[in-house]
Amino acid sequence: MTLLDGQARTGTVARINPVAKLAASGLVAIPLVFTLDWVSAAVALVLECLLIPFAGLRWGEFWRRTWPVWLAAPLTAVTIALYGEAGGRVYVEWLLIRVSDGSLELAAATLLRVLAVALPSVVLFITVDPTDLADGLAQIVRLPARFVLGALAGLRMIGLFVDDWRSLELARRARGVADRGRLRRFAGMAFALLVLSIRRGSKLATAMEARGFGAPGRRTWARASTFGAREWVLVGIGAGIAGVAIVAAVLAGTWNFILGPS
Amino acid sequence: MTHPARVEVRGWGWRHASRNAWAVRGVDLTIAPGERVLLLGASGAGKSTLLHGLAGVLGGADEGEVEGEILLDGARAADQRGRAGLVLQDPDSQVILARVGDDVAFGCENLGVPRDQIWPRVEMALGAVGLDVPRDRPTKALSGGQKQRLALAGVVAMQPGLVLLDEPTANLDPGGVEEVRDAVAAMLQAHPATLVVIEHRVDVWLPLVDRVIVLGGHDAAGVVADGTPAEVLGSLGDSLAQAGVWVPGHPPVEPAPPVAESGQTLLTTRGLAVQRVAGHPVATGLDLDVRAGEVLAVTGPNGAGKSTLGLTLAGLLPPAAEEVVAEEVLADGAGPHPIRWSSRDLLTRIGTVFQDPEHQFLARTVRDELEIGPKALGLAEEETRSIVDDLLERMRLTRLAAANPYTLSGGEKRRLTVASMLATAPRVLILDEPTFGQDAVTWSRLIGLLADLRDAGSAVVIVTHDLDAVRALHAREVRLGGDR
Repeated sequence: MTLLDGQARTGTVARINPVAKLAASGLVAIPLVFTLDWVSAAVALVLECLLIPFAGLRWGEFWRRTWPVWLAAPLTAVTIALYGEAGGRVYVEWLLIRVSDGSLELAAATLLRVLAVALPSVVLFITVDPTDLADGLAQIVRLPARFVLGALAGLRMIGLFVDDWRSLELARRARGVADRGRLRRFAGMAFALLVLSIRRGSKLATAMEARGFGAPGRRTWARASTFGAREWVLVGIGAGIAGVAIVAAVLAGTWNFILGPS
Repeated sequence: MTHPARVEVRGWGWRHASRNAWAVRGVDLTIAPGERVLLLGASGAGKSTLLHGLAGVLGGADEGEVEGEILLDGARAADQRGRAGLVLQDPDSQVILARVGDDVAFGCENLGVPRDQIWPRVEMALGAVGLDVPRDRPTKALSGGQKQRLALAGVVAMQPGLVLLDEPTANLDPGGVEEVRDAVAAMLQAHPATLVVIEHRVDVWLPLVDRVIVLGGHDAAGVVADGTPAEVLGSLGDSLAQAGVWVPGHPPVEPAPPVAESGQTLLTTRGLAVQRVAGHPVATGLDLDVRAGEVLAVTGPNGAGKSTLGLTLAGLLPPAAEEVVAEEVLADGAGPHPIRWSSRDLLTRIGTVFQDPEHQFLARTVRDELEIGPKALGLAEEETRSIVDDLLERMRLTRLAAANPYTLSGGEKRRLTVASMLATAPRVLILDEPTFGQDAVTWSRLIGLLADLRDAGSAVVIVTHDLDAVRALHAREVRLGGDR
């Protein structure tokens, strides 16, 4: 994922503060998570599809990054169509499977909702650089620097863990124990990886301390994280999509708040 | 710009919270501002602990017990973050941020340097260590030597009065070693500071230091020698060499040349290409023969695909093109392609010693570790016991039989991984950087052991940067080209 490959990117959307991207995707997602109707999700999805071409992505990249979403959404929908709460006419009934008007409607709503929540998040976060996100979280959201920087430095080590895992795998073959007992071997490797990562972590902590991390006194930030007009526009777009989706659902009479009376 | 720091260590000692013995004790010394000190001593003498103490990063009372005091310019070292800067041994575990400029700026941020002063300092620091890459270059794209120079730049940017280097070049290839040493020299020109460096390889640092201090370790506590390099190495050269320090003019013992011509060919490759990740071959067109009674050394710069070749010959990685072919005398009915052998089949045919011993450990004790191979072969308990006892003895690990492998020293870990492979007596032994970062004593023992294996008719393949090892083993060298 992008959070790991850390490439610098260019383009208008790439330059927007990651905190604004986080807020915008949150604003879109929240109302959709709290209602189960298809109108709100469909409206949000249509609005998003109109905006995605302006996100500064090439289409090849768009499909490469979002294919898991396109796969997961229909799978979820099929599951719900087969097993979801029945209502209205029943089309197929076999053991636990019952496909009905009710479950089909729910399936369609879910399909749209997964797409409407996941697509904007993926598209916005493709251009998020973890260092910039950490800067934003610390300087704008004012999360504690120790926490944010610790997480950021830790994130960089995930690549090393992947290499460690491969080496552990090869080493087990070389030691003559890789022919059977896959499950037990997996557990052993997981433990070995844990030991290795704790060691790496404590070395990293020493290296950070040796550079004055945790020194008394106020920390400064080399990179200014700013939140200006561009960021407010993006947050406004997020809020707008959410608002239009809610109003459309209420007007259509399909709004059904999961926490409210059904 | 700040001035070089004055260091005073008075009756200082440190005991790690989980240990009974003091890591280091009774150290008294004074270092004048601007002095450049090489700190020596046997492994386990507490050099690293002292350096961490000077850097003020040993931690509080829950980490361990301290006695005496360490003062920088008359004030406690632990209270003066930023007055001392420390560079550690492992290049990978001290890169903190994803981009070069941000990583160098990290120390300045922590010390509260105002933003408009940070970036000029970053430029100055990168210039001082000669790291001429764009500020937004991803840190993971740097070589080992560049990563160490990056760490040094991060320290320089903090403008410390005391620069501490803990074996900064032990994990680097020969090119990287010189690169870092020269960067330290240039850094001291641009930014005068007091310097304390720990390193087994004395010759690398001799041109730079004006004083040598030797720590005694377990039996003789505190400082046992202190003076100019000529004085200390002249009087203590022999005993330092015996303690594992690489002292110029005191080369480690080397084994005799091979007793016989090389024997049968066991493995061959023609036009072999190797890869770790499918679709990204790192070396191609390799024609090799691995022969019994001979050491084959695979050398070449970082990134040339040496380790990948080693793992491919070992039957652990599938080739990218063509095959590794095992002759029938080695295959013994298991088929011509090692990559298709079972894990158990490999045990008696090809053994592999990985660069990082910890990747290879499977058991809780040294004895259990050695029993894994024989047990996987289904040998009787009695036979297993006698094989393991013999190996413990030969590898000088007997007194550590009940110890946890992870708690061993670097040299002991290396001997254990070699021993665990020898337990099943493979005809071919492949070792990745076996002498990396080892002190002179361990080096000498390892080389002797490999020479014995060679003379007993095994085929040995070493992947290495260590040209001394290649020469001492009278190895046939195969150099991989490749650009970095």
